[in-house]
This record gives sequence, C-alpha cells and structure tokens, in this order.
Amino acid sequence: MATTPTAGTGAGPAERGPGGAPAAGSGPAAVQPGPGDAAAPVEGFAARLGRLVADLVREPYRSGLAPIVRKELADNLLGSRFVILAGLVFVTTLAGLYVAAQTIRNNVGTGVFDQFVFLKLFTTGDPQRQLPSLVSFLAFFTPLVGLALGFDAINGEESRRTLSRLLAQPIHRDAVINGKFVAGLLTIALMLAVLALLISGLGLRMIGVPPSGEEVGRLLVFFLVTLLYVAFWLSLSILFSVRFRQASTSALAGIAVWLFFALFGTLVADLLADVLVPLGDVVTVERQLRHETVTLWLKRLSPPFLYSEAVAALLDPEMRHLGLVLITEYIGAVPGSLPLSQSLLLIWPHVTLLAGATLAIFCISYVLFMRREVRA
Amino acid sequence: MSDPVTAAVQPSPSPQRREPGREPVIRTSALTRRYDEVTAVDALDLEIYEGEIFGLLGPNGAGKTTTILMLLGLTEPTSGQAAVLGRDPTREPLEIKRLTGYLPDNVGFYDHMTGRENLRYTARLNGIPDAEAEVRIERLLEQVGLTEAADRRVGGYSRGMRQRLGLADVLIKEPRLVILDEPTTGLDPEGAAELLRLITELRDRHGVTVMLSSHQLQQVQQICDRVGIFVGGRLIACGPIDTLARQIFGDAPLLEVECAPVDDGALSAVRGVDGVLEIDREGPRLLVRAERDVRPEVAAALVKAGYRLLRLDLRSHSLEEIYRRYFREGSRHGDDADGGNRRRAR
Repeated sequence: MATTPTAGTGAGPAERGPGGAPAAGSGPAAVQPGPGDAAAPVEGFAARLGRLVADLVREPYRSGLAPIVRKELADNLLGSRFVILAGLVFVTTLAGLYVAAQTIRNNVGTGVFDQFVFLKLFTTGDPQRQLPSLVSFLAFFTPLVGLALGFDAINGEESRRTLSRLLAQPIHRDAVINGKFVAGLLTIALMLAVLALLISGLGLRMIGVPPSGEEVGRLLVFFLVTLLYVAFWLSLSILFSVRFRQASTSALAGIAVWLFFALFGTLVADLLADVLVPLGDVVTVERQLRHETVTLWLKRLSPPFLYSEAVAALLDPEMRHLGLVLITEYIGAVPGSLPLSQSLLLIWPHVTLLAGATLAIFCISYVLFMRREVRA
Repeated sequence: MSDPVTAAVQPSPSPQRREPGREPVIRTSALTRRYDEVTAVDALDLEIYEGEIFGLLGPNGAGKTTTILMLLGLTEPTSGQAAVLGRDPTREPLEIKRLTGYLPDNVGFYDHMTGRENLRYTARLNGIPDAEAEVRIERLLEQVGLTEAADRRVGGYSRGMRQRLGLADVLIKEPRLVILDEPTTGLDPEGAAELLRLITELRDRHGVTVMLSSHQLQQVQQICDRVGIFVGGRLIACGPIDTLARQIFGDAPLLEVECAPVDDGALSAVRGVDGVLEIDREGPRLLVRAERDVRPEVAAALVKAGYRLLRLDLRSHSLEEIYRRYFREGSRHGDDADGGNRRRAR
C-alpha cells in the first residue's frame, strides 16, 4: 500500500533515504546521516536523471498516449477519406509538376530560368493557359487533408459511443485529444515526405538539373512550413469536432472557413480596407499608401495568405521584400538573391503567427474537451 | 405497513455479506451531484461489499448513470465523498480505472475493426504486454462465446454479440469491480439470460464484485444479492430482495385470483372476505393481499356470489411489485414532502 503513492509521484529511493534515516533510530543512527549525506546527492542525481529519462520514455505508454497515437495513425492511413484526399493532392501535384516542367523546357535559353531552376518547378505555372503552379495547388488542397483528419476526432467517438469506454480505461483524459492531434500531424508529415520525395525524383527526371544545397534547404523549410499550415487546419477541425456534436456540422464548418479564406479572404480584405481608408475622388500618394498597407495587414489575418506569402519568399530567393515595394526602394538596388537565412528572417513573423494560431486553437479545443462532461 | 418507504429508508442490513471490519468496495457518503437546477443524485449513502452483485434500480433519469460516472471519476460530485476500492475517484481516477471495468449503457466499438482488434486496443490502453494480452483475449473470447466471430468486423455484430464483446472488454484488465450500466437492454431473452449467466459466473468463479444498473427488474431479480431503488436522485430503499419485500408487504401473502367474469361484483365479493387488505386488478386477474392465507374464504365468497373460479394461487413477491410499490410510494412521498425537488429532477 505504501509503495503506490511514492511510485506514482516519482519520488524514489533518493527521497526515501533521508526520510527513512530519522525514523530508523534515535541513538546510533544519528551518526550515520553524515557519510550518507555525502553520497546521497551524487547517487541521487544520477538516479534521478535515469528515472527522469525512464519516465519520459514510459510516460506516453502510462498516460495512454502511445496506444492512441498508434491506433489513430493506422485509422488515418487506412481510412478511405485520407486515401481519397491524399490521392487528390498527389494528382494535382503531378499536374502542377508537369505544367512547370513544360513551361521551363519551352523557355530554355530566355534567361528567365537561369537560376534556381529546381525551385521554379514549384512556383511556375502556365501564364498562357492560366494553369496554376504546384505551390498554389498545394496551398489550395492540403487544408482539406487537415480538415478531413480532424473533423470527427471527438464527436465521432461520441456518436459511436466509444468515448466513455475509452475514458473508463486508465488513461489521462488529455491523451485522447493529444493522441488524435499527434497522429494527425504524423499522417500529414508522412504524406508531405512522400510528396517531397516524389517531386524530387520526377522533377530531376523532367528537367535534368539537380537541386543545389541551398535549394534543398529551402525545400526542406518549405515542407516544414506546409506541415505547420496543414496543422493549423487540423487543429481547427479538431476544435469543431469538440464544439459540434454532429460530425457533418463540424465538417461543414471546417469547409466553410476554408472556402471563406481561400476564395473570399482577399476580397473581404479589399472591401474592408475601402471602408476603413476610403480613397475618394482625389487620391494622394499618402492615402494610397495607407490604403495599400491596411489592405495588406487585413489580408495577413488569413492563414492561406500568410502561408502563400511565406512560401513565395521561401521559394523565390530574389524576393527581398514582402508586400508593397516602392519605386524609390527599387531604384539603385543591386539585383541578386537572398541567402536562405535572410529569407527565413523575412518569413519568421509568418511562421510564428501560424504556429501561434495553431497552438491557440488547439488549446481552446483542449480546454473545451477537458471540461466537457462525457455521458455514455 | 402504513408507510413502507420511511421504514425502508434506513439501509437494511445484509448479515451474510457485512462482516465486521471489512472495507466495502464502494462506499459513498452524502454524495450529491447538481446540474444547475436539477439534483441528479441527492445525498447518496451506499455501501457495496466484496463479492456481491448489487442492482441499482430505477426509472430513466433517476441518477443511476450519474452515480456510476462519479464513482469512476468521470464526473465530479458537487458535494459528499465516494471511495471505490479505498480510493477517492476525484483524486485517483486512474487507480480506480485500472481495477474497475465499466460497461457503459449501449456500449460502442470501432466498427471498422474486428472484435479481436477492439479488445487488443483496450489491452494496450491498460498497459497489458502484447503477449499476455493475446492469451487473455483468446480466453475471454472463448468465455463469452465469440471465438468464431473474433476476426469479423464489429460493424456486423448483433446487439447481443456487442454486449458480450463489451463484457470481454471489461474483463481484459482483470478487474476487481465491474460496473455494468443497463447490460441487458435491447437483448432478446436468450441473449439476456446468457449475459446474466456470465455475470453470475464472474462473482462465483472470480470473486468479482458487480454493480449493475437496470430497469429490467425481472432479470435483475434473478442474480442480484442486494438491490437499491433509486427515484429522483435518491436511494429510497436498499437491501436483499426478500428483506425489501417483507418491509413493504410484511408477511402478508398475495393471492392471485382468476374468475369469470372479472367485474366490480367479484371485487366486492372478495373485499367482503375477512382478512383481505387490498385488491388490485391485473388484467384478467385479481391480486389480493391479505393478513393470512385466506384462499378457502375467497373461493367460497366468489362461488357464493355466482362467479366461476378459474384459478387461485399464492404468489411470492416479485421485485417488480416491490419496485412498483416503492415507486408509487416514493412519488407520493416526494410530492408530499418535497414535491418541488422531484419535479426539478424530471
């Protein structure tokens, strides 16, 4: 009986030692704590460190996180829903890749594609036929994957009546929502990794120019930022799955938000900017400038816009400035490209903002889920 | 006899189970849960002892499920204490869940997984090593008779199979206490009987304590050592069924009379018999409660009044009667004393 609480709190023999010494005896035992104390901190530290590591490894199993992640991951990867959407992403990616490769090949020698050709595979569309680039395809469709993986995370367990059975097992309650989020992230990461390898292989074959080290670094960051972007949609759909009892409601809510930002985000930003800073009949330069700035910041409230700006700066090293560039800034500028570190600096606010929004949304769903009463 | 409810409010002793110094498996004192205006569970005092099957009876919305959720630490009590296996559900829910199996009302499984996979998942959540889990799964599937269907998807299981899988799911952690919420709801009589047999087996062979909630009294009557009757969030009676029966009806026997025709004349003829306390009409039968066995007198009275006597039996009290009686008395009692409370509880 007495061992249960100590094992639970992680207070091991190191703490039991000093506690046990006074209880051991009054007379002769009083001499012993001297040498015992000298040895205790050394041994205690090593033992404690070992226990800490052991606890960290064991914790996902003890809290139930590991089995949940394992099951959810299998469900995600084998589920028809993910297969369909991932298939959609793959097909559009291949289409984008093909279009880019065609355009690049048709323009060989014009000087447009002299530098960073491999990156251009991602950003080049077909202006004549108005075909979007690979990146715009990804930006448009990957949110759907995030939404599909999370929209029935919690309410699905409720409607199948498995949640109460799950919570009656000796697991921490948050392991359920954490496990679903982690499994979703792993699924998306896996999909993006496969996508990256596929693009690299096919791209290499199509244009025959290997990527430079700089380009590889940029692509790596690009996929990480994409992962973060999809994670945002995943956390949003998990929030809806906690908030709405019906899976269909939460799916619709997710798609509504996605459509709003993807299609109307910039439109609404323009309209709002017109209201906030009306241009009127006589337009001064200052006013025009303010109008444009306000529009830009309003647009940046939309995650897809943040993502597309960040991706643009990442995949186009020549982009040195996000947003409005005045002709005065352009005059006298030496043409050239930024190193990766400088591009990273440029998109750092975007990345932190996306990460912050993702975390904030996840925290809200976490709190809602923890406070929810689960009945049958 | 005048007021059986107040007489039974004091928990009736069950000498064969209550041994001095033995810690009950479940003990609650003044356990209360309020939702805004509604008091779902009102100052519940309950003790359940090791190795007994305890039946929690009551209509829907009486607070049975809320009580169970509080015992498992899934819902926090508004006030009062509970101890399950010597632990506080609000502070050590994990320890309790490690030792307690809970089968929720209308349990759900992952339909796209097979029965075996569902059990495997539960085993992993309980931290049972895979090799050990496989052994237990095989044994439990055998025990609940699902070996054949083990590798079929649960989506195609019948209601009875799901419920039996639920029982296997509960037992995989080798619990000391099993809590079953409405285990026989929706089962055909055969399936229900099979499930009840399995539950009894748990107690007899493994010494597991079982608490089950139900509104299907006929079935509960067969297997429960003790029952508690729950109305409007309050435990209005608690004890072994025969003790409860004696408390309500005293030792007064119940006669079942069938005669033709059953009309008011027959009623008044029986009422005229000396010693008859109460008459109820139940379809083509009359239920007569009397001070003593008045069968000869009743027969004589009916025949004398010109009725044909078809049947005359001495009936023992079923739980259903006890329950109906308590429920009736309980509502009357509630309306008299604290009608507001009961109305809110609805």
